[in-house]
Amino acid sequence: MVMGSLREQAEVAIIGAGPGGYVAAIRAADLGREVVLVEEREKPGGVCLTEGCIPSKTIIGAVELMESASQAKKMGLVYDGLRLDVDALRQWTSSVVENLTRGVAGLLEKRGVHVIRGRARFDGRRSLAIEGGDVAGIDFRHCIVATGSSIASIPPAYDVPVWTSADALALTCIPETLLVVGGGYIGLEMGTAYAGLGSRVTMVEFSARLLMGADPDLVKVVVRAAQGRFAGLFVDSKVVGIRKTEAGFAVTVEHEGQSTVNEYEQVLVAVGRRPNTKDLGLEKIGVAPDGRGIIVVDEAMRTSAPDVYAIGDVAPGPMLAHKASREGKVAAEVISGLPSARDNRAVPAVVFTSPEIAWTGMTEREAGEMGRPVAVGRFPLAALGRARAAGRTEGFVKVITDPDSKLILGVGMVGHAASELISEATLAIEMGASLEDLLATIHPHPTFSEALGEAAEAAAGTPIHVSRS
Amino acid sequence: MYEFKLPDLGEGVHEAEILEWHVSVGDTVEEDAPLVEVETDKAAVTIPSPVRGRIASLAGGAGDVIEVGSVIAVIEDGAADRPSPPADATTPAAPGAPLVPRAEARSPKGPVPAAPATRRLAREMGVRIEEVAPTGPAGRVTPDDVTRHAKGAKAAQAAPVALDAGRLAQAGFAAHAASAIPFLDMDPLPDFGEFGQVTIEPLRSIRRKVAHKMVTSMILVPHVTHMDEADVTDLEAFRRKAREGHAGRPGGKLTLLAFVIKAVTAGLRATPAFNASLDPFKEEIVYKKYYNVGIAVDTGRGLVVPVIRGTDTKSILAISADIEDLASRGREGRIEVADLRGGTFTITNVGPMGGTALIPAINYPEVAILGMGKVQDKPVVRDGQIVIRKVLPLSLSFDHRIADGADAARFVSELVRLLGDPDTLFVES
Repeated sequence: MVMGSLREQAEVAIIGAGPGGYVAAIRAADLGREVVLVEEREKPGGVCLTEGCIPSKTIIGAVELMESASQAKKMGLVYDGLRLDVDALRQWTSSVVENLTRGVAGLLEKRGVHVIRGRARFDGRRSLAIEGGDVAGIDFRHCIVATGSSIASIPPAYDVPVWTSADALALTCIPETLLVVGGGYIGLEMGTAYAGLGSRVTMVEFSARLLMGADPDLVKVVVRAAQGRFAGLFVDSKVVGIRKTEAGFAVTVEHEGQSTVNEYEQVLVAVGRRPNTKDLGLEKIGVAPDGRGIIVVDEAMRTSAPDVYAIGDVAPGPMLAHKASREGKVAAEVISGLPSARDNRAVPAVVFTSPEIAWTGMTEREAGEMGRPVAVGRFPLAALGRARAAGRTEGFVKVITDPDSKLILGVGMVGHAASELISEATLAIEMGASLEDLLATIHPHPTFSEALGEAAEAAAGTPIHVSRS
Repeated sequence: MYEFKLPDLGEGVHEAEILEWHVSVGDTVEEDAPLVEVETDKAAVTIPSPVRGRIASLAGGAGDVIEVGSVIAVIEDGAADRPSPPADATTPAAPGAPLVPRAEARSPKGPVPAAPATRRLAREMGVRIEEVAPTGPAGRVTPDDVTRHAKGAKAAQAAPVALDAGRLAQAGFAAHAASAIPFLDMDPLPDFGEFGQVTIEPLRSIRRKVAHKMVTSMILVPHVTHMDEADVTDLEAFRRKAREGHAGRPGGKLTLLAFVIKAVTAGLRATPAFNASLDPFKEEIVYKKYYNVGIAVDTGRGLVVPVIRGTDTKSILAISADIEDLASRGREGRIEVADLRGGTFTITNVGPMGGTALIPAINYPEVAILGMGKVQDKPVVRDGQIVIRKVLPLSLSFDHRIADGADAARFVSELVRLLGDPDTLFVES
């Protein structure tokens, strides 16, 4: 076989094997489509599996366990000589990632999805050119663009060997001092993790607030916890210069007109992600991404080009793996003639800080921005039996409802296990549940999940375990 | 980038069906050049491009329904991102509608509460969930609601609501008043496919509007029809002569309809009740001091009633020119929403297609409609002799709430008199 001379025919060509693309491939194959999946990386799974959600949660899980152990003294558990073996943690993390990517590869193979290694670019209305693989091109009937996003940076960091989140997750070393640039969810998670691993972490955020998407009352709890963990936490601060020094990096930060220079062993730049829509040949199919590089789609994930779909980080909405997976299923179903639509009312957001933050549906801030009156019920975890028993009393749950119809519009939570508890709330919003539905549902005792029921009681003005205001 | 949203196309128009694009993606379009041909439930409209630029994307193809306020085309005009000014009715994107970009920003009212499985059921059944009357708590749409809506069992409730929900509410009518009409059956239709082959097409645009109008008219208005015949022998002789003198000029066709409009206008001035409207909610009769006569036109896409304005101040030749203009634009599908508004009386002329008598249905909220049958040579008794005359059958359907049989008899007799004697027609109208 001559390299790069082969052309494939595909009923469905999917570009990108991340949590959007591989899920779309599996669903489409299960619905009887012939699927070719093009992936630039060696293994499927995308950023999520290889250098995002999964490795970060593996590390955060270990850090959390260590923190729990060291805090368990009051419960009568004394760990003498508790210490971290970074090499073992790195190996553990790669084995988790390895295991999962192999699992995905197996799932794809069993369904007969043809995975092609290479970089795809449209070279016609119905064809893709493939670079760097055995196949030169694909003629497709339908195409799903699932190319995901790349790490963004800031000009001062362009020419210095600072860390990206991917580098940080590689766990090559635990720097003594670490500057985290960016107070979004990636910066906060990585900062919290490295603080737990032993680094002295300083965080700078350009805007006035951390975690812009979340309600400030939720963020406040995390900030308070972070202030205890971090060596410094600065908002309204702009990194204007980064210079490589012998011991690390000299970083110039502007804050309220004052410039200060500090030295850190390592700098992690986590200022967001950009959709991968450049160099895709989208002009060949008449699709023009918007100013932020996002491809406009309708509810069926169709782009303006016939038979071309876009899902995940390249489509509008939050850049989250679970949102991409949902959109992948919708696109695969629409291609297969099913009346599917991405009409979700709530995309849950979860931040694995310590404690965790999660929210779903409408936030209080969004309601305020659109001038919509809401009734909000809050319940502090300090009033919850299970939280007391577990020694995890930080945080609260709040339920945001329509004051007239009592429809549940949104739920926000900060505290232990928030990432797990948010799903009940998301289901409630998708189902069009009202406060009564949540109130009348029995929540098992004693669990953290009771907090959601209690917050619903508070929203209805009938709280049990807190005083009526 | 210019996001062009489907503009407000006139009162009561919420959506339009794409008939034809004048451009394709990638084309350069000039400002004010025709962009797209759409059809509302009132008329076909040509929408011009608001800016000069290159077409980046188009929302849907022929047959797709686009809501007023949703993006119909994205035009690269070299300027920064900006949407078109908001249309009067900004509605969320329809589920499954082709390239109506997904709404990430939530509308203040928010989406209709319904479980994902219910929403999927609605898509399967082709039901717009926003239109389903909910029975669940907090306004939640249940699967049963969707099924019922799809089967049309909700028609009883939906009809008066669609008619004019605001005014019904004002009058304190329950939205489901019609379902309380004794003996009115609103059962789902049988599956006709059981008995033989069928084809099914959705009720859309003009057809749907006609259905709404006719049901409203026939249920709300007590119709009475008065019939007579006009002897138009002399008028026809005059008309033929006049036509020779005006051939080739605007209005030169001088059809019988133009003369009838003139006679009707004289009749409306003499009997104001036929140029009125009854407001049942305010319990008022509105007498109109202007005379705008609508003519029913068969456009091939359906029935529309464009209006000839100020018939009291126009000559027969000018009225004839208006008829010619509306008829040719009707054939070309270029009748605009503005042409359809403000009518005070309607004439339906089925004569050219034949028919000795018809009972027309009133074009609500007007009070009366005149039907013209076919002019035929008929034996008529004149001065004790049987003679052959040209006879025009006339039927006037009127709203018995406002006018009585005697008014109708006078009105039609007056028409018969005027049309029977061209000299009188010219002197008196």
